[in-house]
Amino acid sequence: MKEKLEQLKSQLHAELGAAADLQSLENLRVRYLGKKGSITDLLKGMKSLSHEEKKDFGQRVNALKQQAAESIQKRAEELKALEIKKEIERMPEFDLTIPTKEDRGSYHPITLVQRECERIFTTMGFNVEDYPEVVTDYECFEAVNVPKNHPARDMQDTYYLENGELLKSQTSAAQNAILRKYGPRLMEEGMPIRAIFPGRCFRNEATDATHENTFFQMEGVMVDKDISISNLIYFMKTMLSEVFQKDIKVRLRPGFFPFVEPGFELDISCLICGGETGCPSCNHSGWLELCPCGMIHPEVLKEGGIDPEQYTGFAFGLGLTRLAMMKYGIKDIRDLNSGSLKVMSQFTDDK
Amino acid sequence: MFLSMNWIKDFVDLSGLDDLKLINQFSLSTAEVENEIQFKGADLSGVVVAEIKSVENHPESKKLHLLKVDIGEEALVDVVCGAPNVRVGMKTAFAKVGAKIGEIEIAPRPLAGFMSCGMCCSEKEIGISDDHAGIMEITDDVKNGTDLKDIYAIDDIIFEVDNKSLTNRPDLWSHYGIAREFAAIAQRPLKALAFDDLSAYDHLPKVDMKIEDPLCQRYSCLQFENISRSVSPVNMRIRLFYCGMRAINFLADMTNYLMLEMGQPMHAFDSRKVENIRIRRFEKEFEFTTLDETERHIDTDTLMICNGDEPVAIAGIMGGLDSEIVEDTNTLTLESATFDATSIRKSTVRLAHRTDASMRYEKSLDPELTVAAIARFVYLLKQYDSGVEVVSALTDDYAYHYPQVTLSFDKAYVDRYTGIRIDNDTIVNTLKRLGFGVENDGDEFTVTVPSWRATKDVTIKADIIEEITRIYGYDNFEIHTANAPLFPTRPEIVKKDEDNVKDILVKHFNLHELHSYVWNYADEFKELGIANEGVIKLKNATNPNIETIRKTMIPTQLCQIKSNLGYAPSYGIFEVGRVVTGMTDDNLCIEEKHLGITLYQKGGNVREQYFKMKAIVETLVDELKHQTVSFKKLAPSFDFEHPVNLNAVMVGDTQIGRIGLIHPSVLKKLDKRASVVFAELDMDKFAAIENASIRYEEPSKFPGIEIDLSFLTSRFAPIAKAIKNASCKLIKGVDVIDIYEAKENASIAVRLTFSDNTRTLTREEVTAVTDAIIADLEKDGILLKK
Repeated sequence: MKEKLEQLKSQLHAELGAAADLQSLENLRVRYLGKKGSITDLLKGMKSLSHEEKKDFGQRVNALKQQAAESIQKRAEELKALEIKKEIERMPEFDLTIPTKEDRGSYHPITLVQRECERIFTTMGFNVEDYPEVVTDYECFEAVNVPKNHPARDMQDTYYLENGELLKSQTSAAQNAILRKYGPRLMEEGMPIRAIFPGRCFRNEATDATHENTFFQMEGVMVDKDISISNLIYFMKTMLSEVFQKDIKVRLRPGFFPFVEPGFELDISCLICGGETGCPSCNHSGWLELCPCGMIHPEVLKEGGIDPEQYTGFAFGLGLTRLAMMKYGIKDIRDLNSGSLKVMSQFTDDK
Repeated sequence: MFLSMNWIKDFVDLSGLDDLKLINQFSLSTAEVENEIQFKGADLSGVVVAEIKSVENHPESKKLHLLKVDIGEEALVDVVCGAPNVRVGMKTAFAKVGAKIGEIEIAPRPLAGFMSCGMCCSEKEIGISDDHAGIMEITDDVKNGTDLKDIYAIDDIIFEVDNKSLTNRPDLWSHYGIAREFAAIAQRPLKALAFDDLSAYDHLPKVDMKIEDPLCQRYSCLQFENISRSVSPVNMRIRLFYCGMRAINFLADMTNYLMLEMGQPMHAFDSRKVENIRIRRFEKEFEFTTLDETERHIDTDTLMICNGDEPVAIAGIMGGLDSEIVEDTNTLTLESATFDATSIRKSTVRLAHRTDASMRYEKSLDPELTVAAIARFVYLLKQYDSGVEVVSALTDDYAYHYPQVTLSFDKAYVDRYTGIRIDNDTIVNTLKRLGFGVENDGDEFTVTVPSWRATKDVTIKADIIEEITRIYGYDNFEIHTANAPLFPTRPEIVKKDEDNVKDILVKHFNLHELHSYVWNYADEFKELGIANEGVIKLKNATNPNIETIRKTMIPTQLCQIKSNLGYAPSYGIFEVGRVVTGMTDDNLCIEEKHLGITLYQKGGNVREQYFKMKAIVETLVDELKHQTVSFKKLAPSFDFEHPVNLNAVMVGDTQIGRIGLIHPSVLKKLDKRASVVFAELDMDKFAAIENASIRYEEPSKFPGIEIDLSFLTSRFAPIAKAIKNASCKLIKGVDVIDIYEAKENASIAVRLTFSDNTRTLTREEVTAVTDAIIADLEKDGILLKK
């Protein structure tokens, strides 16, 4: 019996070393330690032994049993570690140069630029207004001091509708409504009128790479006691520096627009050359003509129910379409209304 | 408009100042100067007066001549010349050896076998006209060898002002007016113009002239005879050429010169053709031939200059061919007049003919100019042609006087409007240099606006602010922020909703925002078989494709789908745009702001697409308003709508839009194998939906029970109804987990989730509810699938 025990011991040792995976180790465990396992069998064969022998042999078998269980357990740990190691080795390195393609939606570039401007103005206390596209002659012209015989009212520039209304040719068409909307709070509570109104405008003209009959502007007004030309220049410089994310130099030139007095053409230092040297993009002048602005004409204030002797204000018009083209390098203005997904799907977001 | 610095300097002494800096300052203070400034004569040197002493034909060439010319040096110079107008005794411009003309430096060189030591020049070669027919002929009495630049004003700086920036400034359409601005900018005095004294002719007979129409504000004229000169002085021709006008003949050049100098258009008639000048409109339309030999249609609104009843010129625009100065004209009638600006502008638009004169009249010219211009004209005429004789008295009808404009303001007003401190002396000096009359008593100012600024330009005191500040210089402004009290900004709901809708559609549903035009695309609609439908059209459309204002966004989107067919097998587009859906009782457009969404899938399952759209609409309403959407069958109102599955999108009792499929006849033309689904929502109605806000419910701590039931039906509505009928508060969720679509044995499986916040539910109480639901459906003949 003893020989058998010793034999089993060395046999187990050899087989443990040969068990290459957890399954064969489990089989081995059953073979030795299971109900019908060879070590268990040793105990069954003890019946023929004397009491003393039984005691001694039993102890030895139990010791073997425990030893075997520990060795198997140890071997199991080894094999598990080995398997994790193998699993790690099996994992290939991915080729990240393979391009991915996730389905994404897109915004119209005007929306992106408009939102950016709206964000800037909102931080400066401006309300964002919405306005219709079909307006009356009064809203678009008369209320903003464009006299009856002004060339801007000629048929060839403005899209008139059969009923005498028109497609607004400028966002200034909203000025009167804005003044009337916020005027009472200005006068009663001293809340300055600060509003911007982005919107689609229309001009009856032939289209080419730089001309569109449908485009976006953003008009802004600020009215309060003692708003001055000095404030206007400060504001335009601050606002445009924010829009272009760099310190912008501005310069004002006289410009004639019936709804402002004085009226200005505002130039900014060239975004490419900084205005120092001149470059092709600023036509070698160092300046880019960007937006008309001015002090709101007293007649416009009056028509909006605001006393021009008590209040003054400034207004400006930003060409959102132009800004979008400048920002993204869009060369043909017609691309913006083309509805081409090849063009438009590129503008996924721009926060 | 081109401007000559030489000419400006006739009227203001700018010596010691940098011309380019002044021009730049002018651009910042007055009107926009175009970028390119021309330095005339800068690339010309060494050109002298030469007299041709002998002319020989070239032995082999028919064109070439061998000349000997006197350039004031001891020896005559040999030169080979190809000009046809060479002759002995003629004086011409001669580029000596070493002279520079543009890039070329003149050197002795053999030409057709002979040495040529210089070059006889045409006016074009010197750059003073476009005449290249022959070499320049100098008729002035000048010494041979004199440098041409010593006798002619070839060196000049020419700059161009953008006409658009002069629309409100009639006074700036002349060198004298521009010189006044330079005088103010440079703070130098403006010189007075020299005039002839017209009162000297008061004893002579007047011209028979009468204004018969209020559109003529002032008409002045004068007759003279014996003009012997036909070619203008060289310096006059150079100025005209530099300023973009061609020299024609002395008289025509003189009227042009006066126009460029003083801004007053003038016209010279053959006096025989204008014996009784009448200014009027006609009651009938007729054809009239202008001096450019073009027949033009004159309507009853066009003001005409007439000889009795016979029209001889279109007032303010162009003279007639028949009254033109001809060879045997001896007596001339010079017209200098002012007409109603709007009338002239409208006439030029109708005639589609704009002239240098009409451009000026359109701007509301100062009527004070007419007589001054005649006085200046006669002064210059006598300088250049001493034999001229005035044969009539000045005849002047000043029918319309602009009111004198006087404005009062105080220093506080200037301070408040500018936001800076400009001292009283600066205010007074600036205004005076610009021609304003200024009186001030301390800080109180009274300003009289000069006639040339009072025709429409300067009318209110804010205009005076502009005069002061533009000369002061905006670059010199100290800038500071406004002091404004704090108030919160309140975003408009419709604006906020629009932004959020865009975000959800782009970020959550991967749709693409496109822009389109507000009018129907008539041609493209036709290709798709969609009617060009709308409630209103443009009155002045230039193109039938830009005419009818759209009533719905969807057809435009179908056109966009069509033009993007190859883009991807599946995509969706959207736009927030405007439509006109009807007219009010006052005949005003009812404009609505619509969200149009169109989904496209090549092949695909149209039902799936439709449910995707349903999910989009439900998500928008749920995300932004926390409300549920229901759908209600609709009858089509447009021809592109499929009559089946057209549904109103309802929130409560309000229809906020519709969702539907494309009519098969349109779809066949678009892409017959595609699934296309649309939705159109009214954004204002959407914005008006009450925001129900999120209803938070604490999740139950007790386990819930899920029961799956499958019913033999193809419609979910009765199941929903039965569940609702059970009115059991324990039901916390109803999900459709499987749909089996088939002609027979169609089924829908639902999963009901039961739970309670206070206890664990028993199987029995839940089964009681499901049994009731099953029984309820059984009554409608809908059985539980075993």
